[in-house]
Amino acid sequence: MLKVEQVVKVFGHGTINEKVALNGLNLSLEKGDFVTVIGGNGAGKSTMLNSVAGVYAVDDGKIVIDGVDVTHLSEHKRAAYLGRVFQDPMMGTAADMTIEENLAMAARRGKKRTLRWYITNKERKEYTELLSQLELGLESRLTHKVGLLSGGQRQALTLLMATLQKPKILLLDEHTAALDPKTAAKVLELSAKLIRENNLTAMMVTHNMNDAIKYGNRLIMMNEGQILYEVGGEAKQLLQKEDLIALFAKKAGDGLVSDRVLLS
Amino acid sequence: MVDVLLGALALGLLWSVMTLGVYISYRVLDMADLTAEGSLTLGAAVAGSMIAAGANPLVATLCAAGAGLLAGLSTGLLHTKLKIPALLSGILTMIALWSVNLRVMGNRANVSILRLNTVYTFLQNWGLDKTTSMIVVGAVCALAVISVLYWFFGTELGSAIRATGNNEHMVRAQGINTDNMKILGLVISNGLIALSGALIAQSQSFADIQMGTGAIVIGLASLIIGEVLFGKGGFYKRLVAIILGAVVYRVIIALVLKMGMPSNDLKLFTAITVAVALSLPRFKGYLATLKRSAKGEAK
Ligand SMILES: Nc1ncnc2c1ncn2[C@@H]1O[C@H](COP(=O)(O)OP(=O)(O)OP(=O)(O)O)[C@@H](O)[C@H]1O
Ligand SMILES: [Mg+2]
Repeated sequence: MLKVEQVVKVFGHGTINEKVALNGLNLSLEKGDFVTVIGGNGAGKSTMLNSVAGVYAVDDGKIVIDGVDVTHLSEHKRAAYLGRVFQDPMMGTAADMTIEENLAMAARRGKKRTLRWYITNKERKEYTELLSQLELGLESRLTHKVGLLSGGQRQALTLLMATLQKPKILLLDEHTAALDPKTAAKVLELSAKLIRENNLTAMMVTHNMNDAIKYGNRLIMMNEGQILYEVGGEAKQLLQKEDLIALFAKKAGDGLVSDRVLLS
Repeated sequence: MVDVLLGALALGLLWSVMTLGVYISYRVLDMADLTAEGSLTLGAAVAGSMIAAGANPLVATLCAAGAGLLAGLSTGLLHTKLKIPALLSGILTMIALWSVNLRVMGNRANVSILRLNTVYTFLQNWGLDKTTSMIVVGAVCALAVISVLYWFFGTELGSAIRATGNNEHMVRAQGINTDNMKILGLVISNGLIALSGALIAQSQSFADIQMGTGAIVIGLASLIIGEVLFGKGGFYKRLVAIILGAVVYRVIIALVLKMGMPSNDLKLFTAITVAVALSLPRFKGYLATLKRSAKGEAK
């Protein structure tokens, strides 16, 4: 479903701030894979997701989504294949627009925008139904502005938007990091449920080791723009948090164990 | 006095079309687009020159609006394709239009269309006086424009433009080319501004190279007055509020002039009005903090 081949991304080429964020990264996702991604600050996790999404052009290598070479496709063209939820709850929705306007826009992801009315009555019924499944009381607030919602509600809405039009790959970048623990757990459960029910292929970046172990069928650990360690299937189910920390310390060298990785 | 007010109403309606254009760039796209100064004059110059050359005033007015669309396209391309900041893109087009406008008017600073047929003479021939014809034409244009805008911004395409001004990031993630949305918004905005310029030129029987100077500030003043006084409610109400704002602005100007303010001070007056209005939210926030801390101390 996704092939990342020898991808290199350098920020600030030729300046003193030059930073190799992705250093010949290779990754392959099968259809239905749910991969959790861990790694210290600056390991290149966000850069990997952003490169797949086309936020910026990569310097070398190839990215293929479901057989289509998207390496040189612009961000909005790739969006047809991707659902995305960001760390910042503000980023995934248009605050000054209503819940139904946001949903209707997401329902048309990858489609041509025409002079038809932005929403149909049939869609309104669908959205009400879908929102009521979130159990956040949003189903009665279709015409409320998204800016009035809490961070957790906005992330739940963004998740719904990302999966409304079934994506080939769902990209989640620390999408619960800005939420309080209880809300974060709820949004995470919702993510897993949506991925399961729609049989989606997904990548989820997290700093929470327990979540990384608990969710998904594969886990990858990144460091300095490369995949340091990867585990899947049964071996992943048997994984303990302590194993991961020890592994990270060994592979990356003791000095590199970031506080945030050890955290949680 | 009634004459003064009716005159202000007429002028306000003609300028309201311009204010709606400013609304699209400033509020919908969240861009300060200075192209407005040039495209208002462009509309006046095109309509004036064509009418002076014997063209049908309706055709001339439509061509003027068309020229405005192109001015918006220029700014849009400078901003999105060449990555020049929005403010500077607008300034570049505005400066370029100064020369273009002089050329359109045959290398003169103004074109007179006195005693020639305009969009108002149709109505004047039916026995209406000049001011009433201006009011009728202005009201019809303004209402037509807001009806079309109301419909357009409710479509898939229109809501994509609105979202672009709100959160570009989200819009691109939904597979929309935000560059095209910005260009389209600027095109519509400047088309309306040029249309307004054409209507104004015909009402005063001449087009002048200086007409657009300060237009953006007049547009902003009208927009903010409209929002503050009548701006609550749905999208249609907000559009109507903008028209009313443009009218109220003209009434205020007419009154201060009547009270004896020298007309040379008008632009200073308008600029101060806008500065005060724009800082109001901050001032309100400051007041709220003061109140809160006062309460805190009382406890
Ligand atoms: N837009 C950018 N411009 C310059 N440097 C960048 C940019 N984005 C990322 N970097 C750099 O690239 C490296 C990788 O960053 P990235 O955001 O991918 O890390 P991450 O693994 O997501 O870290 P975190 O856990 O902190 O989110 C970092 O050194 C970062 O400073
Ligand atoms: Mg990151």
